Amino acid sequence: MSDSGILARFRLDYAGFTLDVDLALPGRGVTALFGPSGSGKTTLLRAIAGLERVTAGRLSVEGEVWQDETVCRPTWQRPLGYVFQEASLFPHLDVRANLEYGQKRVPGAASRVSLDQAVAMLDIGHLLDRKPGGLSGGERQRVGIARALAASPRLLLMDEPLAALDMARKQEILPYLERLHDELDIPVFYVSHAPDEVARLADHIVALQNGRVVAAGPLTETLARVDLPIRLGEDAGVVLDAAVAARDEAWQLAHVEFAGGRLWVRDQGLPVGHRVRVRILARDVSLARAPASDTSILNTLPATVSACAGDAHPALTLVKLHVGDSPLLARVTRKSAHALGLAPGLAIYAQIKAVALIG
Amino acid sequence: MKTMPSLLTGLVLTAVFSAPAGADEVQVAVAANFTAPMKTIAADFEKATGHKAQLAFGATGKFYAQIKNGAPFEILLAADDETPAKLEREGVAVPGTRFTYAIGQLALWSAKPGFVDDKADVLKQGTFNHLSIANPRLAPYGAAAVETLTQLGLLGALESKFVQGENIAQTYQFVSSGNAELGFVALSQIYADGKLKGGSAWIVPGNLHNPIRQDAAVLVKGKDNPAAAALMEFLKGEKARAVIKSYGYSL
Amino acid sequence: MLTATDWSAIRLTFELAGVTTLLLLVLGTPIAWWLARTRSAWKGAVGAVVALPIVLPPTVIGFYLLVAMGPNGSVGKLTESLGLGVLPFTFAGLVVASVFYSLPFVVQPIQNAFEAIGERPLEAAATLRASPMDTFFSVVLPLARPGYLTATVLGFAHTVGEFGVVLMIGGNIPDKTRVVSVQIYDHVEAMDYAQAHWLAAGMVVFSFAVLLLLYTLNPTGRRRA
Repeated sequence: MSDSGILARFRLDYAGFTLDVDLALPGRGVTALFGPSGSGKTTLLRAIAGLERVTAGRLSVEGEVWQDETVCRPTWQRPLGYVFQEASLFPHLDVRANLEYGQKRVPGAASRVSLDQAVAMLDIGHLLDRKPGGLSGGERQRVGIARALAASPRLLLMDEPLAALDMARKQEILPYLERLHDELDIPVFYVSHAPDEVARLADHIVALQNGRVVAAGPLTETLARVDLPIRLGEDAGVVLDAAVAARDEAWQLAHVEFAGGRLWVRDQGLPVGHRVRVRILARDVSLARAPASDTSILNTLPATVSACAGDAHPALTLVKLHVGDSPLLARVTRKSAHALGLAPGLAIYAQIKAVALIG
Repeated sequence: MKTMPSLLTGLVLTAVFSAPAGADEVQVAVAANFTAPMKTIAADFEKATGHKAQLAFGATGKFYAQIKNGAPFEILLAADDETPAKLEREGVAVPGTRFTYAIGQLALWSAKPGFVDDKADVLKQGTFNHLSIANPRLAPYGAAAVETLTQLGLLGALESKFVQGENIAQTYQFVSSGNAELGFVALSQIYADGKLKGGSAWIVPGNLHNPIRQDAAVLVKGKDNPAAAALMEFLKGEKARAVIKSYGYSL
Repeated sequence: MLTATDWSAIRLTFELAGVTTLLLLVLGTPIAWWLARTRSAWKGAVGAVVALPIVLPPTVIGFYLLVAMGPNGSVGKLTESLGLGVLPFTFAGLVVASVFYSLPFVVQPIQNAFEAIGERPLEAAATLRASPMDTFFSVVLPLARPGYLTATVLGFAHTVGEFGVVLMIGGNIPDKTRVVSVQIYDHVEAMDYAQAHWLAAGMVVFSFAVLLLLYTLNPTGRRRA
């Protein structure tokens, strides 16, 4: 293994639960630790932080050993940032003092994020003199994230930072998380059980179940696997990286281009060339042997079947397609699949009913 | 009873009604220094009369406050003669019942054998850190101890070594635990069956202090209790006097 | 009104309570911390020992301290061999007795405060590079402030109100061991009720004021997380 990246091997036994993982993760971008509750994702995150005592463990971050058979750095000696589900701000300190708490404990040479930078990135300049008790849930969480950033982490760990918030608050925070992703070169481990958050934020995904890793890899490829043991159900689908290619002002539509073709989406005012992510759910893709002209569906793309697999219900089939270099998932009934004669290698048309532009 | 037809019924009823009258209880407040002899006397009293004496031991000053505030004591065996007189003046003790049941003997005592000599030279030498006395403000034995030291001309020299017990029992405790090397205690505390129980002692001659008269009185609550009258009589009797003397009191 | 010996007793009482409270805050903190955090099987036993003075009659404590600290007791032998002499009838002896006697009144509020803080702020501090000692002073102590306030007030007031233990080991020496409660007792025993009233009423007023202060500053005794 190379020095770059994060190598994590942990084994720990609790009554009725065993965590046993051996991961090599990229040292950049957002890695989602994804799985149902009880799958061990938070335990894994805590083990990486040193908050959970693991006797049998090895952890190195970009060549620096944080834990192995002979050493185990306590949490406070690991240069990380941790965002808890509830912001866990210090109630006796105002926002500024909360932010400074970690910042002033970082040796000058190791300081990579200034307080001003953290404040600006999370847009909390107007909150600095307030006490945590007077903040809304969303504001608290933004301060919590800024506090973790101000400690100049080499690795940012986020434990379901949106789970305690309602829908509106989530929408308030997500843009800041995306900004983090775009502007900072700090690897992030992001624990979540919400597929939409993962689709929006993650570059890589580690899927956990019962304390074991069931899939790990780049987001697009991993989500497009039809054999993913985690049943995403209604959320099964792919995430594609794309860019705005053209705008049609007359119809208020935009054309986005991805590796394999173009898609019409609603114009959201983004300039041409802007990088976006699109999410296409399997249930929104139907298949046809010939391109239909008399249809309301705007996006019809030529594709090749690469695999078929059973789905959550025995009446359904999950079909993996390729559009150029990009994967796509379609959910059809087994009856239709049979009628269409779906088999790997078959050329077909994918009719896409809905495309979600997710940032 | 005379109207009862049956002699048997009459006998039974007589027995039932007269039984309590024959075995009354009396509540007695006893000065702490008189604890040991009084236990013996109470046992003898119960055997002799069938009455039962319920004993409470403590400081006379505390008993005074309690009696004045309605405590259910029927007899007070005080550590002094002033308190019963005061109670009589205040109408709380029954006039004419007071008498001196014992005269206390003061002793200088150490738990260490040979520490106290029979001329009390140890007091002059002053080879000790703490001299335990009963609080002279509260306890007759404490007042007698101060009088004795004054007579000996040693009060000024030894005052700084005083540790004070609230009553004579605590004074004894300080000495017996060794925290004070010696102290002025009641002879009754260290004396049983006519001899010293342990350690070393000097029996303070009676001419060095005023006599420690310990008076008893019947209180108004016990005025009509036959057991109270019986106990007062018993205390004056030969048997009780013998016990009292055996504990080092004079009479 | 109050005499010179009364004033001396008052001064001595506050001195004793002050020294005792300070010592207890220092000694009680590690005990409370251990009790709040440990998963040891000894937790119950240690907690029970700390709480003993709440249920034991002061005379029991006083009696055992008198015996233990006396020249024949184990503590007494130790202090003598250290050249300290024996502790009964000294101010230091009263301090030792008061520390033991008031221990639960200081340890328990602090322990409760530590327990109420929970794991999370400690974890958050650790992820922000604070060492355990650093965390204790920068997070735990400020968050446990209401507990410390309660502990200080209760420890002080309870020591001021101490009687039985002092009576047992004090020896009623003016300026050294004759505290207010003993002085009141003396006045009562000596049937000097007027004098007793002045001091006793003073104690009532003092205790009320202290508790009022406590309840005003610390209305629920709890802290918002």
